[in-house]
Amino acid sequence: MIRLTQEPFDPGAELTRFCRGRTETGAVASFVGLARGEGGAAAALELEAWPGFTEARIEEIAGEATGRFSLQDVAIIHRIGKIAPGEAIVLVLTASAHRREAFEACDYLMDYLKSRAPFWKREHGPEGARWVEPTARDLEDMGRWED
Amino acid sequence: MTRVLLFGRLRDRADWRERVFEPSPATLFDLKALIAAEDADLAAALDGPGVQAAVDKALVRGDVALAPGAEVAFLPPMSGG
Repeated sequence: MIRLTQEPFDPGAELTRFCRGRTETGAVASFVGLARGEGGAAAALELEAWPGFTEARIEEIAGEATGRFSLQDVAIIHRIGKIAPGEAIVLVLTASAHRREAFEACDYLMDYLKSRAPFWKREHGPEGARWVEPTARDLEDMGRWED
Repeated sequence: MTRVLLFGRLRDRADWRERVFEPSPATLFDLKALIAAEDADLAAALDGPGVQAAVDKALVRGDVALAPGAEVAFLPPMSGG
């Protein structure tokens, strides 16, 4: 399940729903990304997507992760629009029979979302707005999966 | 006609997010030449590091033919999460 939303969401409620009725799963891993205030330097984040294209690209990588890590299920919820410090930006949930695959798939999906998913991110602060692009660390993290 | 979409910092640079070019340029490079003729800075930004082009929602590399009615998007480096 891939969902982009303008509205704040409750990661705990989503996790509870995702776990419901899973009698053969064994492991669910979750990652929640929160907007950082940077000590007042980032009053808000703003994320732009390309509706249709962004979901399709994430769907594609979720499919790759499913094959690579033998997942039973994946859910990704991603905010778009303005996001206040402390709010959840992204939630990744992975379900598999055993924990290693669920953990690794979550890590893989987040590395992908950081540097390859079609989002454009702007940080609004006291000095104005600036576009945020993947850091060297983000690209290095993504590289771990490409061999 | 060819519809052109800009995202992220490219949109700030251009002061527009969507435009229609009529008549349709035959190729992606022809489209870039049309853009360069009116806004050299924007054209340079479109060729900048990490900028990708998509034609009808599929990423493309290099020059490609544009069918009439094609939608072209220029995508600066992406960052979510």
